[in-house]
Amino acid sequence: MKRGLVRATLALLAIGAVLIALVAWLNLRGEDPLTADAAAPASAELIARGEYLARAGNCMGCHTERGGAPYAGGRGVPTPFGTVFAPNLTPDPANGLGRWSAAEFWRALHNGRARDGRLLYPAFPYPNYTRITRADADAIFAYLRSLPAVAQPNRAHTLSFPFDQQAALAVWRALYFRPAQPETDASRSTEWNRGAYLVEGLGHCNACHASRNLLGATASPLDLAGGLIPVQNWYAPSLASKQEAGMADWDVAQIVELLKTGVTPDRAMVSVSGPMGEVVGGSTQHLSEADLRAMAVYLRALPQAAADPATTSASAVAEAASAARARAAANRGGAKLYDQHCAACHGDQGEGAAGAYPALADSRAVALDTPANLVHLVLEGGFAPVTSGNPRPYGMPPFATVLSNDEVAQLLSYLRSSWGNTATPVSALEVSRYRGAK
Amino acid sequence: MAQRVLACTGCHGPQGRAASDGYYPRIAGKPAGYLYNQLLSFRDGRRQYGLMSNLLAPLDDAYLRAIAEHFSQLELPYPAPQPATADVDSLTRGEALVMKGDAALHVPACVECHGAALMGVAPGVPALIGMPRDYLNAQLGAWRAGGRHAMPPDCMAEVAKKLAPADISALSQWLAAQTVPRGAKPAAALPAPLPLPCGGIPGSPR
Repeated sequence: MKRGLVRATLALLAIGAVLIALVAWLNLRGEDPLTADAAAPASAELIARGEYLARAGNCMGCHTERGGAPYAGGRGVPTPFGTVFAPNLTPDPANGLGRWSAAEFWRALHNGRARDGRLLYPAFPYPNYTRITRADADAIFAYLRSLPAVAQPNRAHTLSFPFDQQAALAVWRALYFRPAQPETDASRSTEWNRGAYLVEGLGHCNACHASRNLLGATASPLDLAGGLIPVQNWYAPSLASKQEAGMADWDVAQIVELLKTGVTPDRAMVSVSGPMGEVVGGSTQHLSEADLRAMAVYLRALPQAAADPATTSASAVAEAASAARARAAANRGGAKLYDQHCAACHGDQGEGAAGAYPALADSRAVALDTPANLVHLVLEGGFAPVTSGNPRPYGMPPFATVLSNDEVAQLLSYLRSSWGNTATPVSALEVSRYRGAK
Repeated sequence: MAQRVLACTGCHGPQGRAASDGYYPRIAGKPAGYLYNQLLSFRDGRRQYGLMSNLLAPLDDAYLRAIAEHFSQLELPYPAPQPATADVDSLTRGEALVMKGDAALHVPACVECHGAALMGVAPGVPALIGMPRDYLNAQLGAWRAGGRHAMPPDCMAEVAKKLAPADISALSQWLAAQTVPRGAKPAAALPAPLPLPCGGIPGSPR
């Protein structure tokens, strides 16, 4: 009896030890030995290249606080597990990268480990950055080292237990993180491959444009099928669906224009807003024409989700259209609110105004399954980002203090069933849920 | 430009003229430098109001400057004043603070910086009359409590921290009850050097 207990205990301990060793190994594999930096100082050319790449990765988007010193950190990334604060990347020795080597910086991007060996939270998108080349990482490091040092202390993350534990993070990484190498698909053009490198790696597009599981992991850096951004509750639409934001039938030039200027005046006025406005304003507007073209080529070629015959057959479409017309006709309150607050800019028939106000008729953005973005836009209003191609964007006023949840629901239900839109109605409960979001 | 900034006039009233009973302040006709400093402060977090900060986040300095100039150049009639509801003692205290300040508290008179007519001084000092009482109360209260900041050195915070809540109420009551004369505009220049250093105001003592 006693011997059996001892044996069972030993067996459990052995299994535990093997699991711990496995997790540790999964966390350390693919790491290069830390080598000493080259003695030569970084050239101006390398620094300029690093600045460009830091833009492509939108490092500043998180590593700069509102109104704060560039790259001195402090902005919080809200997650369902707590808030992760982006650290100081300036060369300050106490708080920033002052004591880091290029090899340690590479290990942070490629393997998600800090200088002191701590595992980093994937709010820092190293599952994407792991695809960056060593040469690009070195250039970004050289640029960051050229910035003025700012002695701004880092803020501690405010994560709940057990997510604040390194052991929990090690298990997460064992399950969901694999260091990767940039890959070239020989069957595709150089342009497509460059686009893939930017979209999947530096651009970390799928940090938003993919759904996350209960533990906050995306399926793969290649997944761009859309997702609700946790806590912020903006929906980043699928880039692989004709019904959402897929661009398979756009011209390359139109995609380039949207990423460069934030608007496409020639295409029923599409305009970026919310978190994508930040991306265009802080990152893509600064990219070269060649890189934007490469991204456009890649995005156009993304495999598109197959259409569901239950909703896309001719009879299903006709039925949905007639049901939507009936809903719109019955929604007198919504129609009245639209006339009162929206029609002056968006037009009597939701036609918009080229170059100024987006069309709401036949709009993929209006008809997305989740109304999250519409609720944000109506409550908070917004401007498209200032870009060199659109230096004085048009703005929409916030209606948070004007319309009740019930009125917003009526108004959005009206939009979603009018002028060719056949989307589901919105309830006041849904509006109230998104109203609370940051 | 008016078409581009419809985002502003949703709350600040048609053409930015606000209304005398609401919370949202008039922006039309305020000095361009003052408006510009406020836009920067909202965008960069010195002033806290979520709707304003989110709205301005994607805009750069040049566009904010253009927006400030647009509203500063509008010459529009002012709303009727709000009849005071405070007692005579309180209104007397309010008027005294505006015109003479309080030497014992080291509080300068409002007119020393905001102009003899209280219509502000170009380019950086705003008018104090023609504003809703609730707005004045909220701003002075926020400065006192540390919720509103101006460019450092933050002279208004210094002044507001010396005022008692009753003083703030007296000031707001008296100021909101004043009629703005037809065609009134910000003064072109300060009558005398500012009594204390103020950030964002050209010519301020250091």
